[in-house]
Amino acid sequence: MDSLRLAAIALLLASPAFAQSYGVGRTPTADEIRAMDISISSTGDELPVGRGTAKEGATLFQQKGCAGCHGKAGTGSIAPELQSSKGQDVPVWERGRGKSGWMILPITAPYATIVWDYINRGMPLGKEGTLTPDEVYSLTAYLLAVNKVIPEDQVLDKESLPKVKMPIGDDYGRLPDWKHGAPRLPGYNH
Amino acid sequence: MASKRTSRRDLLKSGAVAAGGLAVLGQTPASGQTPVSDQAPAHDHAAGPVNPMIKGTKDLVEYGQRSHFVTSARIAHPVGGRHSPDAFGKTFHIATPLQDSVGVITPSSLHYVATTRGAFVPDIDPKQHTLMIHGVVDRPLTFTMEDLKRLPSVTRTHFIECAGNRHNGRQKNVQESHGMVSCAEWTGVLLSTLLKECGLKSSAKWFVAEGAEEVKGASSMPIAKAMDDCIIAYGMNGEAVRPQNGYPLRLMVPGFEGIFHTKWLRRIKVVDRYYMNYNDYGHLEKSEKEAALAFQIGPKSVITKPSGAQQLSGPGFYEISGLAWSGGGAIRTVEVSTDGGKKWNRAEIKATPQRMAHTRFGYPWVWDGKETEILSRCTDEIGQVQPTREQVAKYWNVPFERSYRVPGLDNSVMPWKINRDGSVTNGLA
Repeated sequence: MDSLRLAAIALLLASPAFAQSYGVGRTPTADEIRAMDISISSTGDELPVGRGTAKEGATLFQQKGCAGCHGKAGTGSIAPELQSSKGQDVPVWERGRGKSGWMILPITAPYATIVWDYINRGMPLGKEGTLTPDEVYSLTAYLLAVNKVIPEDQVLDKESLPKVKMPIGDDYGRLPDWKHGAPRLPGYNH
Repeated sequence: MASKRTSRRDLLKSGAVAAGGLAVLGQTPASGQTPVSDQAPAHDHAAGPVNPMIKGTKDLVEYGQRSHFVTSARIAHPVGGRHSPDAFGKTFHIATPLQDSVGVITPSSLHYVATTRGAFVPDIDPKQHTLMIHGVVDRPLTFTMEDLKRLPSVTRTHFIECAGNRHNGRQKNVQESHGMVSCAEWTGVLLSTLLKECGLKSSAKWFVAEGAEEVKGASSMPIAKAMDDCIIAYGMNGEAVRPQNGYPLRLMVPGFEGIFHTKWLRRIKVVDRYYMNYNDYGHLEKSEKEAALAFQIGPKSVITKPSGAQQLSGPGFYEISGLAWSGGGAIRTVEVSTDGGKKWNRAEIKATPQRMAHTRFGYPWVWDGKETEILSRCTDEIGQVQPTREQVAKYWNVPFERSYRVPGLDNSVMPWKINRDGSVTNGLA
């Protein structure tokens, strides 16, 4: 009875503006958050310090085994191609689709930071999370350069990467503003 | 002994009533339904079949097992054009045997499984596992598993369906055509409970959920969904979530495509814009309409019995049984056609439909032995109707053919063909 009353009081006293209602969980330190936070936004706020170029990336592409699955210079093998075989004159949605139907990330990603995030999380197969920030910047630069998105000598870092102009521009569908009980596509009814 | 006889007599009586009921409906009892009362009692204590005994081992005392006569099993599922196992020898999509399903709950051992890559299932020690919530919140918080279990919980039944759950004319049975969907009872804390603890800042518009597996798979979702009905689930079908389904924590995003239901959940970042991290890239579409259709799942149903590769034993009575579900809410009605879609009949819904959950339906049918096609379609609580492929093609203003690829998650009507010999085959073939 006493503890129930205490709980009720605690709930009453708790102001949602500055206090928790249950008092469960602990506050992580800024360092803990930084160490865990690998979500990279389009403006690259969370990008780590580091740098890389296409030249360094070309070497890493062989060294890290990327070419073994994605083919020499990323032209495709048992893993999807990363370099389009189609010329610059081909529309981006066509140029950006590989033989297997998978999209070629360095062409179709709306932001260059997405390429960085993808490599950082997912590559290389079986050794995910082992690449250093410099290596991820270099591999990103290499893949953007072979697809002629950036010049071969451009240095990519925390500042320059988010500024890369991606060929897809604004030419992609935005997700709908989700609302409870709303149809998934207004006017479609299916 | 006396009560035993009574119950047998009751059974006989109810059998007679069932047969009579059919006669009233102008239906003839199927062959094999010979009047039971003409026969001697089949199972007197001494005369019944002698069954071998299942030995009560320590393992069976601790954790039960199904009968070895039940052999229903999952299969590796080649989603899209990708083989399974794939070029790296990995089985990354596993389909549930819907053809054998009864009721609405998928047993945890048979729940479909999809991994973004390589069937990697982390072996997580729950004592070490935490969930961190941060970003545009007043108070970032880290919760242990014990913390989460102290908080008010909810238990809800929800389906999960993989975006790759597409039916085509090459598939033999409903496991191949629809087996990447399952339904379980999930228990956990509402994400809204945790976000209120953290306090959302006014700039909070999206959140990114991230798993602890090898690729730290991440998806972005609207904050409105988080505050509506997302669950941080630690329980599944009355026990801990299975490793293949995200042990110890899985984010449930009821009605959204399967990939959003982040497994091995370790972090939620509340953000001010769409982040497009890792898994989100798979939702990139040229057209806004197509992007919308690959987000929340539309109304969908399928007949599971009789379905592809099953065999009708002859003309007569069969209950057509199937499942319906929708990302838009609860199922309101299901209709069944037994004449290739000319006439649609209201099916019986077997229990109170739950929001974003499998709903079992049934329809009494007497097969006359002629070739036909059976189909089902459903309507959800917000009035969305499961379309035929023809209707979808019409909406998109493209010429219709049965192989037409429905944009977004394919929720089109599935036809099963009943052949004269009683075999059931894919109606899209």
